[in-house]
Amino acid sequence: MKTEEMHLDGNAAGGMLADVFARDTTAAAATCASCGAVAPLGALLEYGQGMGAILRCSTCECTVLRIVRTPGRLHVDLSGVALLVIPE
Amino acid sequence: MEGAALSRRSVTPARLEWQVANVADVRAETDRTRTLVLRVPAWSGHRAGQHLDVRLVSEDGYRAERSYSIASAPEAAAVELTIERLEDGEVSPYLCDVLQPGDGLEVRGPIGGYFVWTTMQPGPLLLVAGGSGIVPLMAMLRHRTHADAKARANVPVRLLYSARTWMDVIYKDELEKLKSDADVSIAFALTRESSADASGFRRRVDRAMLEEAAWPASDMPNVFVCGPTPFTESVASLLVELGHAPANVRTERFGPTG
Repeated sequence: MKTEEMHLDGNAAGGMLADVFARDTTAAAATCASCGAVAPLGALLEYGQGMGAILRCSTCECTVLRIVRTPGRLHVDLSGVALLVIPE
Repeated sequence: MEGAALSRRSVTPARLEWQVANVADVRAETDRTRTLVLRVPAWSGHRAGQHLDVRLVSEDGYRAERSYSIASAPEAAAVELTIERLEDGEVSPYLCDVLQPGDGLEVRGPIGGYFVWTTMQPGPLLLVAGGSGIVPLMAMLRHRTHADAKARANVPVRLLYSARTWMDVIYKDELEKLKSDADVSIAFALTRESSADASGFRRRVDRAMLEEAAWPASDMPNVFVCGPTPFTESVASLLVELGHAPANVRTERFGPTG
């Protein structure tokens, strides 16, 4: 799949994030587990593929969050998130 | 109990569902862009700056999903998307050339809580667009026109819009009309325009241009920058250099990257 007209930040993964968290989390503040930088998920760098999305820290470029979709399953790797604060 | 459950659901949708929108109309904007006017049956309403996902499924089951910014104001009756045709794209040529009024289109949304703006946010508004990055910013400008005069005066807006040529400027007529509001200032940066008639800067957005056309950092504007990744990152860095607080500079990047 080409990335062509996709957004290239966490906003574009908003739909998939809503599949995981059952709410909009693009404004949720994520603390990077590698460098401690805090940024909204929507502002992270998104490396989107057809099967999922990788969100990287805009400060240190480490992977913060990975979501991969396989038939009938969502795989979520949150090991790069030290803390996620979701506004209610 | 059921009533409580329903009202709670309306605040926090349990799941973002795909649904089939009806294409009510299509409107050519420029040679490379067109607007789709959609009727979305279960639309919860959106905020200016949000996007929605579009899904195309081919006969062999291959799926392609894309995110497109919403161009229309939250107050508008229909949901409008403005799509730029990318010649080697999988989705945009279909949306720009094939899709017709009466067709269905699978969508889900609205999506996004970060790159959003309402007239309730105090302070001046600074919008910087690169190419089709104008689309979500147009939703903000349109949203502002629905506010009363006092609210509009509280959120004066400056738009700096970079496009290749005057012919590539989307929403040209509407932007011209917006200038009649004394609190709206619009400047164009045309990077490949040869005609002397077109107004505006004739170079890429740079520091001097931002100093001239943008609100100074001391006015503490809410800033929204949208465009291709290199454009967005360059403009956001310049604004931070000029003293704008990084947290007040919200960005949305669009592909293609190069």
